Amino acid sequence: MAFSARIRLGVPGGVRRFFRRHPRLARVLEIAVLPVEAASKKVAFGCRMCGQCILHETGMTCPMGCPKTLRNGPCGGVRMNGHCEVVPEMMCVWVKAERRSRWLPWRAAIVRIQPALDWSLQGSSAWVNVLAGRHEKEAS
Amino acid sequence: MNRPAPVFRLAEALRSGLPVVTCEIASGDGADAGDIVRRAHLVRDHVDAVNVPDNTAGIVHLSALAASALLVREGVDPVMHVTCRDRNRLALQSDLLGAATLGVRNVLCLTGDHMVHGDHPDAKPVFDLDSLQLLVLANLLRGGRYMSGREIVPAPDLFPGATENPFAPPYDFRPLRLMKKIEAGARFIQTQITFNVARFAAFMEGVRDLGLDRRVPILAGVAPLRSARAARYLQERVPGMEVPDAIVRRMEQAGPDRTRREDEGIRICVEIIDQLRDIKGLAGFHLMPIRWEEAVGEIASRARLLPARASLLGPFAAAAVDDGGAEGRAAADGSALQRAREHRA
Repeated sequence: MAFSARIRLGVPGGVRRFFRRHPRLARVLEIAVLPVEAASKKVAFGCRMCGQCILHETGMTCPMGCPKTLRNGPCGGVRMNGHCEVVPEMMCVWVKAERRSRWLPWRAAIVRIQPALDWSLQGSSAWVNVLAGRHEKEAS
Repeated sequence: MNRPAPVFRLAEALRSGLPVVTCEIASGDGADAGDIVRRAHLVRDHVDAVNVPDNTAGIVHLSALAASALLVREGVDPVMHVTCRDRNRLALQSDLLGAATLGVRNVLCLTGDHMVHGDHPDAKPVFDLDSLQLLVLANLLRGGRYMSGREIVPAPDLFPGATENPFAPPYDFRPLRLMKKIEAGARFIQTQITFNVARFAAFMEGVRDLGLDRRVPILAGVAPLRSARAARYLQERVPGMEVPDAIVRRMEQAGPDRTRREDEGIRICVEIIDQLRDIKGLAGFHLMPIRWEEAVGEIASRARLLPARASLLGPFAAAAVDDGGAEGRAAADGSALQRAREHRA
């Protein structure tokens, strides 16, 4: 499962060091990977390319589809039918996420507190970010 | 600057283990400090702290920070609402720090209603952080660090709180979300307005199973309805609010006569409070009179609600509360009067 940047893949330290030493190579890799990642995750999960993928922790549902971009759970405005308060015809992404997460062996991950987004990573490749260790500073 | 510190603060009230009462007042709409102070004075004798909302429903009002600072000057302990809708992480940090500097300790960390339902639907939504990340941030500031890691000397002595809405799907996830908020550093919880007691009881069962009621005080939200129209509005137009048909019907049956419908609204509210008292794990009540602060005294006397402050501070504070209750009692019907007397006896 490599959809997600922060899955504990245990990227070898050597790989990170290599990309840190050669940021241009990371950039080249990103140019190659980005269209593939963007297209596949968009079709499969409605990905918004935040660059800090947590799909696997949110029931394989992209939380960035939420009009409030909530990454830690549903807001208090979910309608009685489970739809979004802002876009009434759309199902709340967190209602979907909660339902789907029950099928995942790692379902407990949904209660992990997600740190604040790094908006400077928006539009970048979450896959390359995890290899290059760019997402790490978010752990606060 | 002379800043009389409130004698008894929310944190102490919650720590006392006695039932706590808080109340939300409406935000001001003019450049008039008197309006906020007047509303606060209507409720101050009945509550331990007064909530000051932050552009509720995405409609612009007087800033919550300014109103909270006014309440501090009046000797009322404010709970300042802080939402992520209008401010990014820089503004949130400076506002939290500013609040602490003005003596506003209690901050209720909210995501915030989306502006599509407000009076500026064309505004840019910020939502840089969400309510949980805001709780983490408030605790970070409290620990003496900005989000950037830079040191804050002295650190703001904040008392962060959070909300939860047991009445919005996914219902099974709500207690877990509450757990997340507590883990993020929430020190007290105020819930959405309860009209469906059964749903609230189910939520509290989940909360007790997780042992959350023993970790932080949870205040159940309650509100009086003023008319059948208001009840229907809440039912149909406010997402995340659950008003059972039975309650709307009761308000309709009360008819258009003002005193009768208002009396029925308060009676429903008092009944809900009495039902909620049977639910284990609650630390008190949070009143949200929706621009009807006059009703708070009446509800407090009919439902025998006493702030923890009154029980602890002795005869003077208790007398003040008694005075406040007396006016309400004069208007109350005979049975309420008797119940209030029994309570005093």
